Amino acid sequence: MLFTVLTGLITSSLLVPFGKIIKTKWSILLPFIPVILFLFYLWHVPVVANGTTITQHLSWVPSLGVNFDFRLDGLSLLFALLITGIGTAIFFYGRSYLKGHIYFDRFFGYLLLFMSAMLGVVLANNILTLFVFWELTSISSFFLIGFNNDSKASRNSALTALSITGIGGFFLLAGLVLAGNIADTFIISEMFAQHDKITNHSLYPLVIGLIFIGAFTKSAQFPFHFWLPGAMKAPTPVSAYLHSATMVKAGIYLLARLTPALGNTELWNTTLMVVGGFTMIFAAIHSLFRTDLKGILAYSTVSALGILTFLLGLGTTDALIAMSVFILVHALYKATLFMVTGIIDHQTHTRDVTKLQGLRKVMMPVFIAALLAALSSAGLPLTYGFIGKDLIYEATLNLKENWAIWLTALAVLTNIGLVTAGFRAGITPFTGKLPEGYQDVKMPYRAMWVPPMILAVLGIVFGLFPGVVGDYFNYQTANAIAGTDTDMHLKLWHGFNTVLTLSVATLAAGAALYFAHNPTEEKLLSLARFDVVSSQHIFRQIGRSIEKGAGWYTNTIHNGYLRSYHLKIILFAELLLGYKLWLSGPIQIDYANLTPLSWYEVGIVAILIGALYIIVTTKSRLTSVVSTSVIGYCICLLFVFYSAPDLAMTQFTIDTLTTVLFVLVLYKLPPFINFVRQGILIRDAIVALGFGIIISLIALRVLYEPNTTAISDFYGENAYLLAKGKNVVNVILVDFRGMDTMFETVVLSIAALGVYSLIKLRLKSSEKE
Amino acid sequence: MELLLVLILGLLYAAGVYLILRRSMVKLLLGIILWGNGANILIFVLGKITKGSPPVIDDAYRVFQDVYADPIPQALILTAIVISFGLTSFAIVLLKRVYALVDSDDLDDLNTPEEEDI
Amino acid sequence: MKSAILQTATRYLLPILLLFSVFLLLRGHYHPGGGFVGGLVASIAFVLHSFANGTENTMKILRYKPLSLLPIGLAISTAAVTLPLLLDLPPMTGLWLEEPIPVIGMIGSSLFFDLGVYLVVIGVVLTILFTIALND
Repeated sequence: MLFTVLTGLITSSLLVPFGKIIKTKWSILLPFIPVILFLFYLWHVPVVANGTTITQHLSWVPSLGVNFDFRLDGLSLLFALLITGIGTAIFFYGRSYLKGHIYFDRFFGYLLLFMSAMLGVVLANNILTLFVFWELTSISSFFLIGFNNDSKASRNSALTALSITGIGGFFLLAGLVLAGNIADTFIISEMFAQHDKITNHSLYPLVIGLIFIGAFTKSAQFPFHFWLPGAMKAPTPVSAYLHSATMVKAGIYLLARLTPALGNTELWNTTLMVVGGFTMIFAAIHSLFRTDLKGILAYSTVSALGILTFLLGLGTTDALIAMSVFILVHALYKATLFMVTGIIDHQTHTRDVTKLQGLRKVMMPVFIAALLAALSSAGLPLTYGFIGKDLIYEATLNLKENWAIWLTALAVLTNIGLVTAGFRAGITPFTGKLPEGYQDVKMPYRAMWVPPMILAVLGIVFGLFPGVVGDYFNYQTANAIAGTDTDMHLKLWHGFNTVLTLSVATLAAGAALYFAHNPTEEKLLSLARFDVVSSQHIFRQIGRSIEKGAGWYTNTIHNGYLRSYHLKIILFAELLLGYKLWLSGPIQIDYANLTPLSWYEVGIVAILIGALYIIVTTKSRLTSVVSTSVIGYCICLLFVFYSAPDLAMTQFTIDTLTTVLFVLVLYKLPPFINFVRQGILIRDAIVALGFGIIISLIALRVLYEPNTTAISDFYGENAYLLAKGKNVVNVILVDFRGMDTMFETVVLSIAALGVYSLIKLRLKSSEKE
Repeated sequence: MELLLVLILGLLYAAGVYLILRRSMVKLLLGIILWGNGANILIFVLGKITKGSPPVIDDAYRVFQDVYADPIPQALILTAIVISFGLTSFAIVLLKRVYALVDSDDLDDLNTPEEEDI
Repeated sequence: MKSAILQTATRYLLPILLLFSVFLLLRGHYHPGGGFVGGLVASIAFVLHSFANGTENTMKILRYKPLSLLPIGLAISTAAVTLPLLLDLPPMTGLWLEEPIPVIGMIGSSLFFDLGVYLVVIGVVLTILFTIALND
């Protein structure tokens, strides 16, 4: 399984050097990557359908518990098939759609990266690995959504999508790590056994709250839904891929995956039901008012995602079965409709549903594909959508609670909206009279209409043989979500019952709504009044105020003056250290233990203080440099007095050399500048003295802590015995801590090389002023 | 003597901070050098300071016979002194280079070319 | 700064100081001294010479660029560090000859390590000072 994830990643990076080649006719090789992967997963279907789970383990960062643990069960397999299967269609389709595009290679690089990341998400059996791939999908989708990077709107929506999903990812990571810590394992399949431990833990609400935010942002649930319609700025193949079958369903996948570990609690189910329920009806109503074909599809997708979340929230066996079917149903018809929209856009350069009509006359096969998809989305009997819808109704009807009838009503209303939206996107552009100017619209390339056609036909074929499809694809999916055997058997015909009545009523109402209501610009504009209270507006306001706050902060703190940074850093250090010192209580000085003073030491200290005073006050560079070296020599003498001959020698020679260095470049150095105001000088003097006092106090405090000399004693005792040396300082340098010295010489060499190249560097003429 | 050393290192730090807060690049560099000296003395004081007994074993013996100065601070400071030379020389050359470019000792002048780029 | 006295003095001072620096290097393990100090003293000898006779003349005495001392010194240190590996000992293990050699004293791998440090220090200091001095 690892190879399926790596294939895309490697090919994607290969496109960087070989991008030029892939722009030529060799691009035909690209779609075969998903084809091979698809076949690989198809080959696993019979095995997994028997209930076998395939796992693979590969160490990555074992010390942190981050490993490549892959696991293929019914749920993973369904998603892997969707990712690679729809991926195949999209790759063929996209190759024609973007033919001759300047960034053709880049597009497929991102797409491959995205596909691998998605596969990684659905296959990972380690929540941290899952998270890594999860973030990778956010990033690669950012590039895909913003693919038309010369359009500001496109860049904006890419940023919106990235920030919403990115923030979600942030919360998700926290939630996953918490859950992992509580369960004491990061392996997902091992977490299932810890279900009771996690759900009874006091942090459980926090854990699922965080995970919900992650999943809801990704799967565009209210109030985070708005990034998805915005992301329609992406090229249509991207919308078809990301927003029908893969990326947005990653959130659903995550929730489904974790249900056996975290689910089946009242909090879990109620939240999902409420959020999903609200999202599905909210988005379904919204989709009715869109005039942009992709806008309609975007909102109906949000609505479908709401349905999936809602079903997961119901949590009954019926609901999970319905969910496992609806994932497939939706992927098939939504990908088709998106691709059809892409064809229309590609051939007529508009997606405005109020302008498009009668296109069946110029592109009949496309119409057939669109019609089939629209019918499946409407849930007409004999389509796969019919089965999906039936199961949803059944799931709500079978609930025992009194208020369950309202859920059924909600589902019916949502589906009426979806029927209308499906018709609007799949049928409106093709029926009626072909308007002027569209007569010579050409048929698209075959590679563009065949993939949607295949998907649409599959939607019908699956509907005719729901039992077979169910056994092979959906049964184990539902089992994986439920964590138990769901005993599912799909049938084409359930007999005349309430569910069928509801289905027919939905269809009729949807069709009636389709004919009665026409979206227009005016209606859309009248809806815009509510934008002020929309979550999109609120998020944008939050974003703006953060921006403003950051701007204010940056202008205040980061004013570009180095000394002002220094001042702030030092003041902060003073406060922090001062506070800590104050906490540590009074300082005692043990006068008896002090080393006695002699007159020459006092003399040296006096010279030192004098030199310091000169440095601080002088206006001459030479004086200050000389004073600096005087200080160095004084310190050197102190080393002599206090038993450090090595130090004294080193300090002496280094001080000499530093002075020589200064003298060598001094006349090249700029003269001091001395614009000063008295007030600032006093302020700085106070800050500086404060800092000096604090350091001194710290020194005093440390001085009278009992110090341990174990390490020094070790060196002292073993210098000769172990290292055959009698000068302990030197023995430490060249033997005990020889490695440090080794690196020190390397650092010195780098400094010398730096100086050498800085001096030898010739300025380019452009750099000279 | 410890108290005097503590006083000196406090003063070295204070003078260093004061010079770092100035606008001049040369003063900034001098401030850093002073700071380095202060840090060396700080390390030196924090090991016990001892008079007249360097950490060198007497020729006639294989181990120390008497009290000796703590060798660890000395090893640390020796390293620090040498490294600070590398730092100082690199900084001086950098300074020289900057001066050749912007013709000023004023740190604030370094801001302007960047702003013009925007 | 060309003064005849200084020029004459440095002619004798250079070898004496260099000898002193080697002396410091060799005794470093037993008495104050060592690679750092030795290297610094040697560099001062050359700097003094360059003050008296001009950097160009000092470079002539050196023959090779001081920069080339860096890799040589680093190589010697590294060799001293890794040599014990050949004898199946952990790196940095001190290896010593059994008997002291006259004048030099005990010879061991730390001495070679120190020699590497000595050369690197000379290389660093001279590279820095001479490139600055020559390019003004």
